[in-house]
Amino acid sequence: MNKPTDLKGLVLDPVTNDQRYIGNSEPRHGARRLLEGQGTYIDDIQLPRMGHVVFWRSPVAHMKINKIHTEQASKMPGVLAVVDGVQMAKVCKPWVATLGHLAGMKSAPQHALAVDRACWQGEPVVAVVAETRAQAEDALQLVDVEWEELPAVISMESALDPKTPLIHPELGDNLCFTRSLDVGNVDEAFASADVVAEATFGFGRHTGVTLEPRCQIADYNPGERRLTVYHSQQAPHMMQDLYCRQFGLSESDVHVICKDVGGSFGIKVHAYPDDFATVGLAMMLERPVKFVADRLESFTSDIHAREHRIKGRIAANKAGDILAFEIDDLTGIGPYSMFPRTSAIEGNQVVNLVGGPYKHQNYRAHLNVVFQNKTPTCQYRGVGHPIACAVTEGLVDLAAQKLQMDPLEFRKRNVIPDDAYPCSGISGIKLEVLSHEQCLRTIEKMMDYPALRKEQAELRKKGIYRGIGFATLIELTNPSPAFYGVGGARIASQDGASVRLDPSGVVSVLVGVGEQGQGTEGIYAQIAADAVGVSINQVRIVTGDTDVTPYGGGTWASRGAGVGGEAVLLACQALQENILKLAGAILNRPVSELRVYCSYVLDKATGEQLLPFSEIGRIGYFRTDTLPAGFSADLMVTRHYTQKDYPFIFTNGVQASYVEVDPDTGFVKLLKHWAVEDCGRVINPMLVNEQVRGAIVQGIGGALFEECLYDDSGLLRNGSMADYLVPMAYEMPDIEVAHVETPTQSSKLGAKGAGEAGTAGAPGAVQNAINDALAPFNAAVFEQPITSEKILRAIKKI
Amino acid sequence: MSLKKKISMTVNGNLVNAEVEPRRHLVDFLREDLHLKGPHLGCEQGACGACTVKVDGQIIRGCLYLAVQADGCVVETVEGLTKSGVLADLQESFMRHNAMQCGFCSSGMLLAAAELIEKQPKANREEVREWISGNYCRCTGYHSIVDAIVDVLDARAKGQKIKPVSAHA
Ligand code: FES
Ligand code: FES
Repeated sequence: MNKPTDLKGLVLDPVTNDQRYIGNSEPRHGARRLLEGQGTYIDDIQLPRMGHVVFWRSPVAHMKINKIHTEQASKMPGVLAVVDGVQMAKVCKPWVATLGHLAGMKSAPQHALAVDRACWQGEPVVAVVAETRAQAEDALQLVDVEWEELPAVISMESALDPKTPLIHPELGDNLCFTRSLDVGNVDEAFASADVVAEATFGFGRHTGVTLEPRCQIADYNPGERRLTVYHSQQAPHMMQDLYCRQFGLSESDVHVICKDVGGSFGIKVHAYPDDFATVGLAMMLERPVKFVADRLESFTSDIHAREHRIKGRIAANKAGDILAFEIDDLTGIGPYSMFPRTSAIEGNQVVNLVGGPYKHQNYRAHLNVVFQNKTPTCQYRGVGHPIACAVTEGLVDLAAQKLQMDPLEFRKRNVIPDDAYPCSGISGIKLEVLSHEQCLRTIEKMMDYPALRKEQAELRKKGIYRGIGFATLIELTNPSPAFYGVGGARIASQDGASVRLDPSGVVSVLVGVGEQGQGTEGIYAQIAADAVGVSINQVRIVTGDTDVTPYGGGTWASRGAGVGGEAVLLACQALQENILKLAGAILNRPVSELRVYCSYVLDKATGEQLLPFSEIGRIGYFRTDTLPAGFSADLMVTRHYTQKDYPFIFTNGVQASYVEVDPDTGFVKLLKHWAVEDCGRVINPMLVNEQVRGAIVQGIGGALFEECLYDDSGLLRNGSMADYLVPMAYEMPDIEVAHVETPTQSSKLGAKGAGEAGTAGAPGAVQNAINDALAPFNAAVFEQPITSEKILRAIKKI
Repeated sequence: MSLKKKISMTVNGNLVNAEVEPRRHLVDFLREDLHLKGPHLGCEQGACGACTVKVDGQIIRGCLYLAVQADGCVVETVEGLTKSGVLADLQESFMRHNAMQCGFCSSGMLLAAAELIEKQPKANREEVREWISGNYCRCTGYHSIVDAIVDVLDARAKGQKIKPVSAHA
């Protein structure tokens, strides 16, 4: 079914000797269960004696905590405990989220429950645990905190002014991290340029809005002194390690289990104060405690992302060559850098990526990451890429416009050519192998670009304003230890897979990377079936359990297919070798005369079926007495994979957006969106398409709707799903996806990441399309989300 | 708040008698008291549609509907509708198109789609998009959900059934 017709002519050489599933649109493992309402999300789990925690959170942006009265709340029916920051600090140490390789980065110690001061609206201050959630919420009304409001730092623009109060006086200023880069000769390039274009880009804070909120159940068993945490999380081993360190436990005493996760997108890859508080409470109470954020809590305490103001400029010559980029990025991250990945990565990524697809030789960037009294920001799907791409592509369009060149033509002329790799990008990034030229050619055909331009011109005569926008992008995936490991964060860049032939011939695969809906388990089943040589319904995948799976990093930086998938491939190929060895021992024949096909060991020469896998399993487990002396039937193998050839393996792609802008209302109608993506070997085209589409819609959300709005005192004004606009089906366009396959040579599988590029490219493409539509008005908007109001202001209608 | 009211209703074909606080909403009742995990809670503000269930044949937002309001009613959730086969075509089609990722929106989405098929059997792509615009999905980008529903509408119009998809596990 669903053969990958869209990949016709692109299919790579097979990676296994009997490839039947890799490259096909197989329906995925586990989907039916979810469609029948049989998923197990955290809130579906109820444990005996389980308490429910709710938090009294800071109602203002910055406050001093004077006194906490808990007596009344403690007496309420069902209440098990009311705990404040001082009590919590006795069981959970504070943390500081910095990375060693981000030179000069600083942050302040942060507690699971605020002590003395709360630094953003939504910071947890007091925890109330009761037998039911309703009882806990009833009691919460009676928690009485005496507090006084402190001056708050809201605007990132003034965060570094000497007059601005310091959020953490001990740090000396409100600066978390700063970085400068100056490569080539930027001043000379700008001085000699025929055209220089510049713009100031603004990006509103937005957040992930996973449909299932953040949630967990912590269960401490005092008899075993063992902590079990059921968690809606992307990185179970990372959380295991953090719980050990914050609570003084050993790894063998902490067990993290992630079952079905209802959306993650980077929101669930961080360690939140709530997580530690819930664990601390379970340890204090010696019983299970469940935390499920409600939607208001999600809006004020899930990480936010992408609040940036970037001044950018570009230099080009008459011939149409880009000569230089220069940017100045200011970003606000809230009062603390987020644990353990740090909030400086996003801005750092912007510096690394601006101008990245192009072959220019001069680049200057400056970055200031500042503290403010708003919800902490950190990595959310695409991390820095949507910003870097929208800035780069916005500037590229401006330059093309000034040169009166077609924007697609201008890109074709300036991208790093497909035969130039491997090479280094101007910011120092190492690029292994990319396919910009092929992607641009593909999208041109796919969208029938000349026809579209013609249609646009004709409609314009009738007063209909349509625009076409492109965004070329690069995206870092398959990270090496250079991402976190070198900075001292204990986040695994390697991942492992253990694979076992069960006695009946079923293959069980245990993997460190888990499933949050992307279809990770589905592609692992495809890889395993091909690499061991069984049918896909003979494969069982187990993920999300630190007691069971090999140690690994989990889901981030689009590493599931490229890193986890490679570990599965290596383990499964090793198992196939062992199966053949065992068959050779049973049959008393040299292994070189045998091969595997569809759960059978065959005679290589004649194709005759010699032994079914069930027989291999039977003898390997139950009749080892019949095997030669000293022969060990190793029917379970583990392999680990770490990508060490490059700091990251970059993917690339291009998107195009077609929009119509109504100059009377400022309303933007999305007509169509195209994406060409090169994520190396495509393991399941259907799943990659859906990753790309879902990611594009998240990118469109940021470009047009989503923004966490604050008032002047730092209070969130739109903390509900009715007020914070998210893309719904009606406003979204159809999205056509095509693939180019340029496999990475750093692995056998050749897969690169596919989860984030959609989000990276969409805001730039949509912004450029809107500005193309506004060109007749000599107007442009570079402030996302691009609302109707901003459009009407730009064309001076209001 | 311990004042409780006696209610009785038919849930997925079974008669249920219970005592609930008047403030308990229907999905909390279904999930916590009856251990039905199909309906999900995404916002409890009526905005996302994850909590969609059927009451007396109509889809409603279970987070805005009190359990006591359903007293004497027939309540159906994705579990019951799966068993009775009402959703079978849609479920197959969603499988075929991978029209779900994390699956948290899926029960609500399927129930909304089933009502569309019943009420607007001739809906075009745009009308499908409009109909499901009350149901939030953060993962899919909606395209595949629309594809899946349109396929079922087409098949119904031709009097066909959606062929089951074979997927392991
Ligand atoms: S939970 Fe009911 S609409 Fe969101
Ligand atoms: S599949 Fe995750 S919200 Fe729809």
